[in-house]
Amino acid sequence: MLEAFLSSSIGMATPILLAALGELLVEESGIINIGIEGAMLCGAFFALTVAYFSGSTILGLGAGMAAGLAINTILAVLVINLAVNQVVAGTALDIFALGVTGVFYRKFFGITGKAFIVKLIPRLRLGRLTDIPILGGALFHHNMLVYLAFAFVPITGYLLWRTRYGLSLRAAGERPEAADSLGLDVYRLRWQALLVAGLLTGLGGAYLTLAYAGTFVENISAGRGYVALAVVILGRWKPWGLAAASILFGAAMALQFGLQALGTTIPYQIFLALPYALTLAVLAAVGGQAASPSALGEPYRRL
Amino acid sequence: MILSSLARAVAAILLAGVILAGVLLALGASPAGVFMALAQGAFGNWYALTDTVVRSTPLIFTGLAISISFSGALWNIGADGQLVVGALAAGAIGPQLEACPKPLAIAIILIAGALGGAAWGGTCGWLRAHRDTNEVISTIMMNFVAAQLLSWSVHGPLIEASRAYPSSTPIAESAHMYVFFPPSRVNLGIVIAIVLAIACWLLLFKTDVGFQLRAMGRNRRAATFFGIPIARLTVTILALSGALAGIGGAVQVSAITHRLYEKMSPGWGFEAIAVALIARLNPLGIVASALLFGALDNGSQAMQRAQGVSAELVQVIQALVIMILLAFDTPAVAQLWSALGGSKVAAPSAISEIPNA
Repeated sequence: MLEAFLSSSIGMATPILLAALGELLVEESGIINIGIEGAMLCGAFFALTVAYFSGSTILGLGAGMAAGLAINTILAVLVINLAVNQVVAGTALDIFALGVTGVFYRKFFGITGKAFIVKLIPRLRLGRLTDIPILGGALFHHNMLVYLAFAFVPITGYLLWRTRYGLSLRAAGERPEAADSLGLDVYRLRWQALLVAGLLTGLGGAYLTLAYAGTFVENISAGRGYVALAVVILGRWKPWGLAAASILFGAAMALQFGLQALGTTIPYQIFLALPYALTLAVLAAVGGQAASPSALGEPYRRL
Repeated sequence: MILSSLARAVAAILLAGVILAGVLLALGASPAGVFMALAQGAFGNWYALTDTVVRSTPLIFTGLAISISFSGALWNIGADGQLVVGALAAGAIGPQLEACPKPLAIAIILIAGALGGAAWGGTCGWLRAHRDTNEVISTIMMNFVAAQLLSWSVHGPLIEASRAYPSSTPIAESAHMYVFFPPSRVNLGIVIAIVLAIACWLLLFKTDVGFQLRAMGRNRRAATFFGIPIARLTVTILALSGALAGIGGAVQVSAITHRLYEKMSPGWGFEAIAVALIARLNPLGIVASALLFGALDNGSQAMQRAQGVSAELVQVIQALVIMILLAFDTPAVAQLWSALGGSKVAAPSAISEIPNA
């Protein structure tokens, strides 16, 4: 029971973590990406569509990442080159994603009424590690995307705080004018952050359909992208903080299935609301956006 | 100025139409057929026309909610949840109003809706003012909590007598909104919406609070130094914004559904962002742009039946309109715009119209 709960928590944390790591790069470069929910939803839909029609999981994952990339490309043009309001542009892309996935879902699958199911990405056992009681099953019996997501945690940390490139990226997010006068190309840095984040968020979306649900339902992302935004704040813009916060939210989502299986009389809506209520409570408790990059959310116009 | 705003809105809609035609061709549908079906469904006959007005009503309320919050650079993405909680409060008190005279019953139901929405929005305002919690995230989270609260209510404490369906006990007859020209569904709600639009316009442009709000929208820090009570204004405006959306929910219950269901909003709180932007956050303009989007919503049902294109196409249109309008307000596009003779006055920059702070 405990093993299943822990394992499920980590599984549910993974798509949030992938999106949050992308968002971390984007925020360090000075952009707040509300469109993250839309990128994840498109990633989920197009990953499943391509995997279903081609029969290839790999192609499906690629399509999910490409969809995330496409959404973030639109966003980059709007918020970097045209310097429009980031919150409104991001929200527009979330609405766009709901519409596009809804229209194409009906187009591809609405008429046939056939079951729209793909085989899940298989779980891997990591040899002897998986045999450790409780922890082995919880930590070392997942599909490869889970290991990949957690491997990205130290990689992101290294990139941001141990490389020259990371320093440039953070400069673009802290003092874009200063970065510019040092010869750094703020536009290019922000574009790169958004494109990488598009790939990660799209992969997170693909995880939902190809590794978790095996199918698509409308609005399958169900706010996970928004939760990823909260995870970045809660994790104090530190990769391991993000991982811990993701697992907390993964656990809140996993709790729902665990307690339902126990047959409690508590209304299920409380568990469905839990991750979102928890986000609110935690943000209210830790307070403050003081640790955020200084220029976060401010469009940069090169004069 | 009014003319150039109008020209800009028309140009944005035309451009969205052209992009949409491309999407439709890619889908293998006929753009002309889809546009005809949309127009037919929205304006084709008396019933379609009146229902367009009915469908615009909640969009005016949520559009006003967006207008006053965005004017102060308070990014309320939670009008949907605020509307839902307003509807919930109205639906909860509605069955108790049997003995009330009609005007009083309707007043009570509207006040309940306003209070419900205000509680939802005001909470996010308080969190922003006193806990420095980003209101974008808190309002979005409150949408999800509101949806589950409603779902629980209609499955649990408010469930109708037979306990067979997830819907609430019907509200009292006396709390039903006045309907004009029955059997149409046009009701007093549209009048209330227009009155509130005028009130919001007065608030924004003719009062000190409105001035302070717009000053805060331009530059929050500068407003602080100017002695504007930022924290109090933040809580008040987000509560007021929530109250407007909440009244929209109450009107929907009182005039249209007469009871609560699991889903009370098809996304009016998000659609409202397009509605408000096309009106440049001007409360009076919102009445017109809400009618436009109400027509789209109404027409989309007919389009889905006639052309087999999902009604969710409307969300694609909403998103395109928002993105195009944002782009239109940037200096680069504004230059192009005036070069084309679109406006003698230099188009205002994004910063002056839509606060960026």
